[in-house]
Amino acid sequence: MSILISKDTRFIVQGITGREAVNLTRENLDYGARIVGGVTPGRAGRDVYGVPVYDCVRDVVAREGAVTGSVVCVPPGFTRDAVFEAIENGVELIVVVTENVPRKEVAQMVELADLRGARIIGPNCLGLISPGEAKMGGIGGPAANTRQAYKPGNIGVMSRSGGMTTEIASTLTAAGFGQSTCVSIGGDAIIGTTYAELMPLYEADPQTEAIAIYSEPGGRMEAELAEWVKEHASRLPIVAFMAGRFMDQMQGMRFGHAGTIVEGKEDTTAEKITRMEAAGISVAERIEEIPELIRKRLAEAG
Amino acid sequence: MRFYEYESKELFRRRGLPLGQGRVATRAEEAREIAAEIGGPVVLKSQVLSGGRMKAGAVKFADTPDECPALFDAILPIEVNGQKARSVLVEEKSPVAQEYFVSVTWDGRRKRPVLLFSDMGGIDIEEVAREHPEHVSKTHFSTILPLTPRIAKEAIGATGVSGSHLNRLTPIVFELMRIFLDHDLTLAEINPLARLDDGRFIVLDGHVDLEAEARSKHRALLTELGIGEDETRQAREPTPFEIAGRKVNEADHRGVAGNVVEFDGNLGLVIGAGGGSLTLFDAVRNQGGRPANYCEIGGNPSVQKACKLTKLILAKPGVEKIAVMMNVVSNTRVDIVARGVVKGCIESGKDPAEVIAIFRIPGAWEDEGFKILEKYGVEYCDRNVSMYEAAGRAVAKLGAAS
Repeated sequence: MSILISKDTRFIVQGITGREAVNLTRENLDYGARIVGGVTPGRAGRDVYGVPVYDCVRDVVAREGAVTGSVVCVPPGFTRDAVFEAIENGVELIVVVTENVPRKEVAQMVELADLRGARIIGPNCLGLISPGEAKMGGIGGPAANTRQAYKPGNIGVMSRSGGMTTEIASTLTAAGFGQSTCVSIGGDAIIGTTYAELMPLYEADPQTEAIAIYSEPGGRMEAELAEWVKEHASRLPIVAFMAGRFMDQMQGMRFGHAGTIVEGKEDTTAEKITRMEAAGISVAERIEEIPELIRKRLAEAG
Repeated sequence: MRFYEYESKELFRRRGLPLGQGRVATRAEEAREIAAEIGGPVVLKSQVLSGGRMKAGAVKFADTPDECPALFDAILPIEVNGQKARSVLVEEKSPVAQEYFVSVTWDGRRKRPVLLFSDMGGIDIEEVAREHPEHVSKTHFSTILPLTPRIAKEAIGATGVSGSHLNRLTPIVFELMRIFLDHDLTLAEINPLARLDDGRFIVLDGHVDLEAEARSKHRALLTELGIGEDETRQAREPTPFEIAGRKVNEADHRGVAGNVVEFDGNLGLVIGAGGGSLTLFDAVRNQGGRPANYCEIGGNPSVQKACKLTKLILAKPGVEKIAVMMNVVSNTRVDIVARGVVKGCIESGKDPAEVIAIFRIPGAWEDEGFKILEKYGVEYCDRNVSMYEAAGRAVAKLGAAS
């Protein structure tokens, strides 16, 4: 088991003929993904590594059958429309890779997804992977690199940074911990699915035994996670790593991702660490401490 | 991207919100002229990108135009929370009967815009929320359903406001909500919105923040308001080093080698990507290192781009060595970064083996990258050395050098 994707997930790539999308299509296929079609308006009839290209999502669904997922890899000005198109054609899981989408448009995408029962991961993310099964998006890069960093196992990983998802998975793998599903949730101020919103899925997944998260200054996502953990008496031990501690002293300066800015006390790493620890989440000082903390927490849990 | 008060008010004026008479002065004499035009008591307000002006003494009142030049000269040099004033807004001063607070912002948890309204404006809204929660309403609204005034009406009514005041306030609050969505703002705030003794409602003070990502969509408005393309409106103005960093990034569309932020240390950092840079910057500082800069590389920048960034950092006064570090990379190629950084060192007249304290970028094309580094005698490490440890090695080398 895993969450959100498995080797049977049929998905499409929107914007499939773009440079980055061509690369990720290749990498995903090499890793075993079932990409049943791609969309680029005006390019119907072509193919990308054997994946047929259509003008619209409706045509993919009509010719190839229903699809569960889509990776949206189109420029920021076209992202909202592409996501609306996916949602209105019955796609349930939409991974938005695109960076620099204005907040209002993200909110509109999320609101429509909520109305239709769809889920958005991202924007500004590298996608997700269930190691040994499949991946959606650029996470892990070329298949050989992905296989080196990610191994199947029992740890769920959630990260606001795409690159750090792989760093953490690689560290876990080296310490003998495989992963169930790793999700790059995105670095924007508003994202489709937060830590707390993924927790029920991990909670229900028999394969997942512990969670590792990467977090940053800015936003209320860590506070939301801490509340969720307390309210639901989660069975899963969580170990968090908090980057950007230097930013606590630098109000109003933006570093890293669009959502990473300290505007008030609640945005600081100090405040987030306090809240998470109060909820029983272990906070690592360094990435390499994560496996040891997980081992300790799992032993305590018996 | 924060707007000055006078820019925010110009936007409000275009959208039909009621404002007092007045405009901005850049010279002392101009302040007198504006006051004479208004023909009554005026308020002079420093135009600065920060709250807390009143406390800092950057807001003054004048009964006659002749008082204005001296007050202008007194206000302009005052820095408020480290921000310099750009000009002084001279506006009519009107007797106020009541003050209200209205703001629209994003709630990242609910993923919706939220309207905050209070009939106790003019003071710290957090304090009102604590002391008098019944006087503050918080209303989330949809971004896809048509926006209609009833949300504004309900928000105002929830604080106990009724009668003609409710009916006069509703269109103002509703328009602010529309402005917020129409212009991709991250904040639209009026505080205070005043009811005057003569019954009029006017915006006394307010400001808006435009989302940086939406700048290109609103270029026409920015041009009309006189906001330059180079104005970042961050917590502080960019330094020449940071502007040069931005140019390196913009000169070549392939990948990112930018977001350079200046610090005053001796260890130059060529680091990436978004999350990796935050992690590595902490790691350097925790081990006693003094970074000369922050930066982000990612998305597979070209050799030339990595080279130019390296040269920029090496040319910064006080930089003794550089550390080239990233998390395990997937899209960025290790060999391309290695080639660019080595080239940057050589073109700066430095020996890569001497000046690169450590190279820690594992991942895609690492074998090819490591070969290049070996050729030039640069110390490198793979993923078996953690980011923290790599940062520590770089810091230790500087300690040995100085």
